[in-house]
Amino acid sequence: MLAGSFASIPLTLFGLTLVTFLIGRVMPIDPVIAIAGDHAPPDVIAAVREQLGLDKPLFVQFWIYLLNLLHGDLGRSVMTSHPVTADIAQFFPATLELATTAMIIAIVVGIPLGVIAAERQGSRFDHVVRVVSLAGQSVPVFVLGLVCLLVFYVKLGIAPGTGQLDVAYEGLVPRVTGMLVLDAAIAGDWDSFWDALAHLAQPALVLAYFSMAYITRMTRAFMIESLAGEYIITARAKGLSASRILWRHAFGNIAVRLVTVLALAYAGLLEGAVITETVFSWPGLGLYLTVSLLNADMNAVLGATLVVGLVYLVLNLLADVLYRLLDPRVA
Amino acid sequence: MLTRRNLLAASAATMAAPAVPTGAHAATPKGVAVMVKQIDDIVSFDPAESYEFTNNEVDANCYRRLVRPDAEDSTKIAGDLAETYDVSPDGLTFTFRLRHDAKFESGNPVTANDAAFSLHRVVKLNKTPGFIITQFGFNADNVEKMVRALDDYTLEIKLPQAQATSFVLYCLTANVGSVVDKATVLANQTNGDLGNGWMKTHSAGAGPYKLTSWQASDHVIADANPNSVEKGVMSRVVIRHVADPSAQLLTLQKGDADIARDLGADQLKTIAGNKSLTVNASPQGTSMYIAMNQSMAELAKPQVHQAIKWAIDYDAIANNITPDTWSVCQAFLPNALPGALKDNPFRKDIAKAKQLLADAGLPDGFAVSMDYISHSPDGDIAQAIQADLAAVGIKVQLLPGEQKQVITKTRARQHQLAMLVWGTDYFDPNSNAQAWCENPDDSDASKLKILAWRSHFVDKELTAESQAAVRELDPAKRIALYQTMQRQFMERAPFAMLLQKNAVAVLGKGVSGFHVGPMPDYTKYAQITKA
Amino acid sequence: MSGVLSREWLLSETPASRAHAAWVRRYRGWLQFRTNGLAMVGLVTVAIMIVASLAAPLLALQNPSAQDLAGRLAPPSAAHWFGTDELGRDIYSRILFGGRVTLGMVVSVVLLVAPLGLAVGSVAGYLGGMADRVLMRVTDVFLAFPRLVLALAFVAALKPGITSAIIAIALTAWPPYARLARADTLTVRSSDFIAAVRLAGAGSGRIILRHIVPLCLSSVIVRVTLDMSGIILTAAALGFLGMGAQPPMPEWGTMIASSRAFILDQWWVPTIPGIAIFVASLAFNLLGDGMRDVLDPRQR
Repeated sequence: MLAGSFASIPLTLFGLTLVTFLIGRVMPIDPVIAIAGDHAPPDVIAAVREQLGLDKPLFVQFWIYLLNLLHGDLGRSVMTSHPVTADIAQFFPATLELATTAMIIAIVVGIPLGVIAAERQGSRFDHVVRVVSLAGQSVPVFVLGLVCLLVFYVKLGIAPGTGQLDVAYEGLVPRVTGMLVLDAAIAGDWDSFWDALAHLAQPALVLAYFSMAYITRMTRAFMIESLAGEYIITARAKGLSASRILWRHAFGNIAVRLVTVLALAYAGLLEGAVITETVFSWPGLGLYLTVSLLNADMNAVLGATLVVGLVYLVLNLLADVLYRLLDPRVA
Repeated sequence: MLTRRNLLAASAATMAAPAVPTGAHAATPKGVAVMVKQIDDIVSFDPAESYEFTNNEVDANCYRRLVRPDAEDSTKIAGDLAETYDVSPDGLTFTFRLRHDAKFESGNPVTANDAAFSLHRVVKLNKTPGFIITQFGFNADNVEKMVRALDDYTLEIKLPQAQATSFVLYCLTANVGSVVDKATVLANQTNGDLGNGWMKTHSAGAGPYKLTSWQASDHVIADANPNSVEKGVMSRVVIRHVADPSAQLLTLQKGDADIARDLGADQLKTIAGNKSLTVNASPQGTSMYIAMNQSMAELAKPQVHQAIKWAIDYDAIANNITPDTWSVCQAFLPNALPGALKDNPFRKDIAKAKQLLADAGLPDGFAVSMDYISHSPDGDIAQAIQADLAAVGIKVQLLPGEQKQVITKTRARQHQLAMLVWGTDYFDPNSNAQAWCENPDDSDASKLKILAWRSHFVDKELTAESQAAVRELDPAKRIALYQTMQRQFMERAPFAMLLQKNAVAVLGKGVSGFHVGPMPDYTKYAQITKA
Repeated sequence: MSGVLSREWLLSETPASRAHAAWVRRYRGWLQFRTNGLAMVGLVTVAIMIVASLAAPLLALQNPSAQDLAGRLAPPSAAHWFGTDELGRDIYSRILFGGRVTLGMVVSVVLLVAPLGLAVGSVAGYLGGMADRVLMRVTDVFLAFPRLVLALAFVAALKPGITSAIIAIALTAWPPYARLARADTLTVRSSDFIAAVRLAGAGSGRIILRHIVPLCLSSVIVRVTLDMSGIILTAAALGFLGMGAQPPMPEWGTMIASSRAFILDQWWVPTIPGIAIFVASLAFNLLGDGMRDVLDPRQR
């Protein structure tokens, strides 16, 4: 069954490619305009159309695209003039940096909150945690991002503005992983490091709030179940300390199921990154995808969607598999 | 491909290390001018291919051309790389004598061979802006004979047929007339592409700056060209992409940028009275207009054209929605261009508009759709126009779309009304006149598919006048022709000309020396100074 | 004999018919729901929203499309409770009518998504074999997309607008329902009463429609209410990115997009629609949580 699940990845990816390809070709934007512009005379337009292979029938175009895909060639982006693979290598690390930082914050804050709220179920603390998490799942990302910018950057001046770095530090940090904070630390450039970290803080915190909301709720729900189990009563009867019972036994019991939740949460973060990157001008894959959609830059759209889809697919699959393996109640 | 490592090396080489501020965001570094602008329009920096605003502007600072508009009086042409030039009396032969001291960023001297090569290249590659040069009658076969270097510093251009002299010269001042370094370009050629692939992301010019790096929708960095004769005050210009005008203002106010380029009317109102900021406005060769597709029966009636023109409240839109950024211009030549007719006869007159509709046999008005581009301020303007037209009985259904989508639709002639923006291709009346007036062949196979064609506007008289005006050698007669055409256009063309753009650059504290040119091809960075 | 729908009747331990049993179950569920304070807040808020949207023409102070270019971006006042937007339109009235747009979109999406998901899931679960594999593969493809990205792509392909947004969101939202329905179907497929009905000669279609689907309903209903907040947020996000409802339609996300530039000095113009989205989303979340606790505690 496991093998079957993983074997389905290529098939699903194929479906993904097909759907995205069709969307790209159906779009009411002429991709030739993106390259040649509105002022080009008809002969230039015809030349570009031929160059892009758009004069060929649809299935021929798809076939060509698939063949190239198998060679690792995702085509060239119209917007950046670079190969799409190079663009993705350029932009993806920034999204990774943002999502991972948000995830870490969400875990560090969210799980303890969920555990303690479960322990004190029904108390005021529990209520506050529940409302805060629910709020986190209800507020639109872009509103929160805009408000944070307004309050912390504009009014209070304690956070830096949009983008990954201040202009002063532009281009000083040599690229190793593509994640600026990491690269700056590797290079020992501590000024750049602090600046990059400061710029990362706001978008990461905004994203973290959403993840945290979900993680806290799930942790709390799992913990409530776990704490009601009979072995907990046994442990209490044996006289073990409360915190030991809580963390080693009750939490230890659900920790593996929680990993499933974390995988799903991370996948959700990728989606949230799309909007967060737009608000904070964060040069990640989400921004790349949105801009290339608006420009009908088909190679870029296809490439970015495939990458995002692949990551999402793997994470979902992982969560699915773990859930089935580890939860004995599910058939 | 540019990597941050290259960047490190480059920046170390060109800058004596500026004191990098630690801790919180301080002012931008000395010697570096930081501009915030929307730069997601860049496709390529090759002058033979570049046609959008930002890349034309950067190229204008990396390359020099044979001639340029005179700094004091833009209706005159002065020499740039050419010290002097002559035109034969029959207007067919142009001779340029180049200065001897100009050098490219590579250190190679600028010669007539480079100038000739640059023009040959434009014609042979035949990319989007190529028509600016090929419209003189050049093609891949004849260009090397017609455009040639007589010696190292003399360039001769022979035209196959006579064209208005100022027209030819203005076209040469455009970005497509940039002189590129033949040796460098050919050294980076792949598969006979005349260096086009490499030039998309590199510069090889004689201007005061050179292109150091470009990251799409993120930033452009230009550093001082040490071999240039003309020196820029700033050693580095960084253009940062900030999509939101309010975010641009914020960055400017916080001192994280020196110049903000896309501030809208609302941001300008916010900073009115702020003495430390300088607001420089320059009229542009960019027009906003409404096109009426003649394929729709109601829109084909001439009284309907005029009714729409008399229904719109131009002043309310310009004063309330776009003060300082767009002003009323009802002719097809914006005020900045030579030959402009600075006359705005139309204003909101509901009674007159209704009368005209009744004359057209549509006393109860009619329903129509209008496509427009859904960003600020177009969205607001479109809604205001919808309200204005509703007052005379024309019920407009608004169809907003993303820019390329709307362009695709209007190029396919599928619109009814469309509210659009057009920028002139070069600094001569022919560009706009041809676009709006000439439609010699209304079929799908036409060789000329600009604005008149897209709305099925066929007017033999205007077409003939436009074609004749571009060949008129007498400058005064030529101007008169364009004035006549503009008046006729106002009286009968299915286009409501609305507004012309004023580009506003807001300079931060202590910053001076920057004005946006009437076209991006003329915007210079060399004089930017910081106190 | 107690009267129908009286409290005694509803709490009866010995229901007289299937319908009576259903009512007893519902009433008990309601009593349990009522004890959950937060869920009641959610219910009341949703009820207020629905009423306010339906009564928008009565409650609004002005025509939401009436422009007043000279009086644009005015702060809240007696004449304009929430101030005016960038074209001088009354924000309070636009919020009310925007509620209609939002709720309308949500209802449309649900009406598309629930039947589709139920159909695919129950058929796949009941028939099994190749039909199951194919249908689940299709479901997986759609699940493989991050919802917002796929919705964006669909809207870009169709044409930005409210119809495209509804279709796009529906296309991305249906897979979880299919999965839920399939899981429920698998649970009951091999049970005795299904076998009995089959023995009695009922065809697959009838079995699925009359016997299986009703059993999937409760988890689907819970999921719908939990999903509503997500649908509202996705619709607002599409509006914010300029791909959803288009101006001058007063959709809350679109209102934020067109007034985003004014957040510095006229912060109320983009913030008030943001608060509206938040309140609506939160209310549905609270309601959904409460319903889940009553109907289907297994679901998370």
